[in-house]
Amino acid sequence: MQTGLKLLEVSNKLHHSVTMAEKMTSKQVNITAEQVEALFRPGEAHRDLYASQDIFRAEMQHLFRQCWLYVGHDSQVPNRGDYIATELADQPVLMVRDREEVKVFHNRCPHKGTKLVLDAAGQAGPFFRCPYHAWTFRTDGSLRSIPHPQGYDEERLHESAAGCGLSPVENLVNYRGFIFARLASQGIDFDAFFGGSLSTLDNMIDRSPEGRLSVAGPPLRYMHRCNWKMLVENQTDTCHPMVAHESSAGTVVDLWSRIGGNSKKPMAVEIYAPFLSDYSFYDKMGIRIWPNGHGHTGVTQSIHSNYSEIPGYFDQMIAAYGRERAEAILSESRHNTVFFPNIMVKGPIQSLRLFKPLAADRTLVESWIFRLDGAPDMLLERTAAYNRLINAPTSIVGHDDLEMYERAQEGLSAGGNDWVNMQRDMQADEMNFDGEKVVIGTSELQMRNQFDAWRKFMLESIQNADHKAGAGA
Amino acid sequence: MSGLADMKKKTIRNFLYVEAELLDNEGHESWLDLLTEDFLYWMPLEYGQTDDRLMTSLMHDDKLLLTVRIERLQGDRTFSQKPRSRCHHLLQRPQILSRSKEGITTRTAFHYIETRIDDQMLMAGWAEHQLVAAPKGAAQPLMIRRKTVRLMNPDAAFPNIQLIL
Repeated sequence: MQTGLKLLEVSNKLHHSVTMAEKMTSKQVNITAEQVEALFRPGEAHRDLYASQDIFRAEMQHLFRQCWLYVGHDSQVPNRGDYIATELADQPVLMVRDREEVKVFHNRCPHKGTKLVLDAAGQAGPFFRCPYHAWTFRTDGSLRSIPHPQGYDEERLHESAAGCGLSPVENLVNYRGFIFARLASQGIDFDAFFGGSLSTLDNMIDRSPEGRLSVAGPPLRYMHRCNWKMLVENQTDTCHPMVAHESSAGTVVDLWSRIGGNSKKPMAVEIYAPFLSDYSFYDKMGIRIWPNGHGHTGVTQSIHSNYSEIPGYFDQMIAAYGRERAEAILSESRHNTVFFPNIMVKGPIQSLRLFKPLAADRTLVESWIFRLDGAPDMLLERTAAYNRLINAPTSIVGHDDLEMYERAQEGLSAGGNDWVNMQRDMQADEMNFDGEKVVIGTSELQMRNQFDAWRKFMLESIQNADHKAGAGA
Repeated sequence: MSGLADMKKKTIRNFLYVEAELLDNEGHESWLDLLTEDFLYWMPLEYGQTDDRLMTSLMHDDKLLLTVRIERLQGDRTFSQKPRSRCHHLLQRPQILSRSKEGITTRTAFHYIETRIDDQMLMAGWAEHQLVAAPKGAAQPLMIRRKTVRLMNPDAAFPNIQLIL
């Protein structure tokens, strides 16, 4: 069977010849439903899903536009005019506090395209001023002023794209402080997209006695020369830690057994050692999946289950929620929750990792941490420690993982086998479930769940695009 | 033992050159011997960062964690070091910021290169050392109590940084 890149290259040429009239941008690529279907066999994914730049462009155009993507947290923009700059898929956006509400705009001046803001975070004052020609825009996005305006015909200007002001990302949801956006104007709504997976965000937020989180400092930024999906799949890959992290967690365990004696384990040993747990531990941990590609490891227990108690915290939680509810909140020890397509949240650690796709073989990982408002500092100290010990470019666990991703990215250019395997614990008709499904913790079901969602959103978007093109012809 | 207060500048600077040489030549075990038991290595994540506890850092390693890093480099199954990385420190002449009976503080501008296979990464920054007197009979006159490595661009998106700056 021939699939993927070669087929796409041929079909691109054909499509270009028949769709000259279509509005095209350099980012767009044509892909057909048949080509999407040909990328999959049961429990197998074609290597072009990771290696082909055409598939990457198609993902940006179809998949990422349909999904609800994480923009930022509203604690990053507490005051009117505060903004952050980030990317949604391959598009630069800015998030700004306008009066009460947080708004998201495409980060380009509607005049000539200049990025309005470049710094990761800042304060705009009452309006944004483009550095190129001093057009100004209110924090609600509307055009405020143009210098030397006599040169413009007012009516014509207002009919133009520039006259409309900043282009908003209209579909926004602020979920308990977490701002999500959908780039496509039409599509699945927020609640239907995330379904039961929001319980992970709820649990993370409920761990604050005040029910509120704040971003703590800048994120770690870690460059990966691999496809974004490798990182996402790794989040629920429970058969790699005892192997790939033998070098890091194994060295910690070995050294501590030699020198630790009976003394209390330092925080770092407590964080590293559980990575080395055996297969039966990860089996029992469990995996839960939800529709649309979301899922998590750590249903009954996880590597985060046995951390030391933080003095005073449990009492604060009881005071805030009552004993029963406080116990219920803290008894969850979900490990990694994947919010499809490119977010991972650790509730017990209060961290969010964003896998920003840059190219087929390039991904920027941002690892953010949160303070539990009203909780003891010691919790944030552990969170910050976890972040640098596991997620930093200077982290030995990070070194183990990145080495594997980059070897896989390079290995996938080998011929002779076009397929990546994810058949562990595969069952017939396994995607036919209602609301959620729990399976053994070493299953690769969540990886298959992600590709199921990948295929679904790609196909829906392609069909809609075909439909629109047909209607326009 | 001559006191820290009248230790020659040359002796102090030489000590820092020896440290860099050990790191560049895989003398990691000997490097560990230069560290006091309460040693702390800090590499902030933010330019000008002052909080090393409630914000993420790139590194915040005590001697135990540095020993782990160094033992890991030699591991049979440390695949990110197969093949090995190499590093090179180029130091500007260290400034001696302060000295007292208890300790000496120095600041050293550096360029650091780490290579692996075909990749070469250049980083620049300033290392601040807190030095104390070594016990009698030690190979070196000083020990390092704290090392703070401030990169020019700690907020940049880095690939793996595997060796010790």
